[in-house]
Amino acid sequence: MIENRPWLTFISHSVLILGIIAVALPIWVAIVASTHPAEAFGQGSVPLWFGNYATETWQTVLFSAAGNGVDVPVWQMMFNSLVMALGIAFGKIVISLISAYAIVFFRFPFRSLCFWLIFMTLMLPVEVRILPTYEVVAKLNLLNSYTGLALPLIASATATFLFRQAFMAMPGELVEAARMDGAGPIRFFFDILLPLTRTNIAALFVILFIYGWNQYLWPLLITTDDAYYTLVMSIKRMVSVADGAIEWNSIMATTILAMLPPVAVVIGMQKIFVKGLVDSEK
Amino acid sequence: MQKRKLSALILGASIASSGFAATEIEWWHAMGGALGEKVNLIVADYNASQDAFKVKATYKGNYSETMTSAIAAFRAKQQPELVQVFEVGTASMMAAEGAIYPVHKLMRDSGQSFDGSKYLSAVTGYYTDNDGNMLSMPFNSSTPVLYYNKSMLAKAGVTPPKTWEEMQSVGEKLLASGAKCGFTTAWQSWVHLENMSSRHNQPFATQANGFGGMDTRLAFNSPLQVKHVSKMGEWQQNGIFSYSGRRNDGAAKFYSQDCAMYTESSAGYAGIKKNAKFDFGVVELPYWAGEVKQPSNTIIGGASLWVLKGHKSEEYKGVASFLNYLSSADVQADWHQFSGYLPITTAAYNLTKGEGFYAKNLGTEIAVQQMTTGTPTENTKGLRLGNFIQIRGLIDEALESVWNGDADAQSALDNAVERGNLMLSKFEKANK
Amino acid sequence: MTVTFPHKTLPWLLIAPQLLVTLIFFLWPAGQAIEQAFYQEDAFGLSREFVALENFIELLQDPYYYNSIGVTLVFSMAVAVSGLSIALVLATMADRIIRGQMVYQTLLIWPYAVAPALAGVLWWILFDPAQGPIALWLEYMGIEWDHFVNGGDAMILVVIAATWKQISYNFLFFLAGLQAIPRSLIEAAAIDGAGPVRRFWDIVFPLLSPTAFFLLVMNIVYAFFETFGVIDATTAGGPGQSTKILVYKVYEDGFVGLDLGGSAAQSVILMMIVGLMTVVQFRFIERKVQY
Repeated sequence: MIENRPWLTFISHSVLILGIIAVALPIWVAIVASTHPAEAFGQGSVPLWFGNYATETWQTVLFSAAGNGVDVPVWQMMFNSLVMALGIAFGKIVISLISAYAIVFFRFPFRSLCFWLIFMTLMLPVEVRILPTYEVVAKLNLLNSYTGLALPLIASATATFLFRQAFMAMPGELVEAARMDGAGPIRFFFDILLPLTRTNIAALFVILFIYGWNQYLWPLLITTDDAYYTLVMSIKRMVSVADGAIEWNSIMATTILAMLPPVAVVIGMQKIFVKGLVDSEK
Repeated sequence: MQKRKLSALILGASIASSGFAATEIEWWHAMGGALGEKVNLIVADYNASQDAFKVKATYKGNYSETMTSAIAAFRAKQQPELVQVFEVGTASMMAAEGAIYPVHKLMRDSGQSFDGSKYLSAVTGYYTDNDGNMLSMPFNSSTPVLYYNKSMLAKAGVTPPKTWEEMQSVGEKLLASGAKCGFTTAWQSWVHLENMSSRHNQPFATQANGFGGMDTRLAFNSPLQVKHVSKMGEWQQNGIFSYSGRRNDGAAKFYSQDCAMYTESSAGYAGIKKNAKFDFGVVELPYWAGEVKQPSNTIIGGASLWVLKGHKSEEYKGVASFLNYLSSADVQADWHQFSGYLPITTAAYNLTKGEGFYAKNLGTEIAVQQMTTGTPTENTKGLRLGNFIQIRGLIDEALESVWNGDADAQSALDNAVERGNLMLSKFEKANK
Repeated sequence: MTVTFPHKTLPWLLIAPQLLVTLIFFLWPAGQAIEQAFYQEDAFGLSREFVALENFIELLQDPYYYNSIGVTLVFSMAVAVSGLSIALVLATMADRIIRGQMVYQTLLIWPYAVAPALAGVLWWILFDPAQGPIALWLEYMGIEWDHFVNGGDAMILVVIAATWKQISYNFLFFLAGLQAIPRSLIEAAAIDGAGPVRRFWDIVFPLLSPTAFFLLVMNIVYAFFETFGVIDATTAGGPGQSTKILVYKVYEDGFVGLDLGGSAAQSVILMMIVGLMTVVQFRFIERKVQY
């Protein structure tokens, strides 16, 4: 602290606490709602304090398959979400790492054409080209498969672009020195480049994991076998009730459940995530 | 071509290897929540009742997600045998002659006994062609009714309005007795324009509401509709009406006892029963007594089951058998009583009545009675409009501009008709 | 200039997986989408007709399309500005504090992990005019709130729902940026008698501006493309057209309304807008890397 101004410190704490309250409000409501029976929600006032229905709600959501309106247990959907999120995160990181490596550290014909081809994917989000993409995936016979869930979402240039920036910012002497030592491109990649981009990889992992975990339109379109249903998709299923009563308590409980893994990833990796963000931005 | 054959072969092989002798039939539906669980039960019962076929029910998201998924799948030659499509998608399905297998033809081809006259014509009319042939199997149909809060009406000393004229005075008395609003609504276009028109035997669109041909054009900017919408706009300003969203979010205002009445689908009954902490009643949808002596029937909403082309005749036998099972009196009556959707056959209606269901659950019969008043005319049979999903969107926008005072009823409806007609001509062009 | 390895086949092997994925899952479908923009076709693909630029002409003659562009601009600017300013205030406060900084950071960053559509549903409920705690509180304060009828209220609601998640992301960047500013600079200014507010505007803010600009671009891209889930779960574009942003219109016309040609034409226009935006972003990042 540069100078001691107690009132300023007090204001800082108050503003932060206010910020936390504002940010946490929706989740607070979700947690509280999961402890009330379904009807409590929608009877004139949304409850703001815990009810005594928590055990029933959580028991249904966690242990009875029917509680989710799907014939698969929650853990199975969680597993599917995990496979999809990890598949997207790792797949994208690996192919982007090596392609960025090729673009920055090698000279070959059509190099910039390749770069622009890859870069173009930034310009059209999946939602906009979802129907043609479905046709392609169907033609490749990848409906109802983990590959079909993850692979098409890997086609994006953000990660390649980030790694390219990171590689270009690396001092040329490094490569020079490596070559003096007689290191080939493969050894250089594993011994020098990889350790240096560790934080970037971690930051990207967090971003991509969350991106993959939160997908719902794509899995909904390409799965017809409930063995491949994901968790976020099943929440959507419980909300979109055409007529009749919405089971708000189960929805909220499942929402909280669906939040846990990505939140754990963000919080668990926050130190390295922040470092990675700063590194890749500079 | 070659590739398609190959993938069909692989697909065929994978289906064959997953089951034993039973032919598998895929059914994509849009029933979430408790209704979805009920659907699973019905399917499980059917599968247990015989061993030649195995129906696999798959939830594919809300109505539009389900329909789009099925169409995308059809384009990629991966379509299910059976798909549930909401009523606004009817014209799109019907126009795709190369893609759909009409139910009446399916039944005949697969030798199932099928008698169209067993079905309630007010329900099936929506899904039949001009020669009276049923093209799709109605599954979940409903019609709008008026729900009311008994104690709030008693406090104001009024009875539920039969006509919109009465709504004025009922609303005023309710407001005077301390109510925050008179009534709110769900699905505004469906209740206050589409059903509004049919209840007064007025056209919603030309060419018999689109049944006569694809060159239909919208007609809901006639004096009747303008009068209704402009009155509603007035009521929105003075509190007799309170708008609460395009979907059925309005329920919250009814449950919280802000609004004493609520125009909603008859299928909302189960939800209202579960959520309302007060005594509620159901009456028929009001009408303008100054416009007609005797109101006509309302039209349906909900969805029907369409059979898609491109499968083997063995599978279609299964589909026919399943559809037959679905329309049997027991299954129908059970589904009707559980969900609040209308029964689709006379037998199911009589069975429900015989079991004393209507006597025990007051108000559940209103919708059926309202649907079956009189013989449907060309204005009350239903609506068959292309690009109807977008047209409803335009109508929502137009109505909202009246509710918030940006436009008057006449210009808002004129504008919606004009924009909607562009959609219709586009559809006509694309489906030549 | 980067030193490179001399090798002929290795780079191709390295780039091959990404190229393949891009070709199959991006260029192929995107090409089909572009082709579609010049056709009028029924939903099932049973008949199609070449209409040249008709889809585009129709779009550009539609006053509602321009309205949607306007809505998109207002929405993205509102999301970016409010997201950035709230995050900056929180980050500045967090940077001042020594004890408990990590706790605050942890409690502030996790909304980033919540799916946008779920965030939308939760805010929708909080603001429900009949039962939402915030709406009821506003009513108690004498402020009328009705996002069903009032377009302005609806816009505020979707901006809040979309910004909520973005605050965490911005906060992390700003905090990291603040911590990278040398303490000696600030101390020197303090010795010269500059108060905390002066110091912020004279020293901290200029040093932070590259981060702020980068975040501005990122936030606008987010508001443009990743918010359709929020809109879909809340207002669905209403009331009227007051919250119908471009991406939602593409989704609604194409995925829901099955007007394939019209929505493909919108995608092409959208693609050009984004192309333009990426060039700007690209230039900016390139410049930063090369100093």
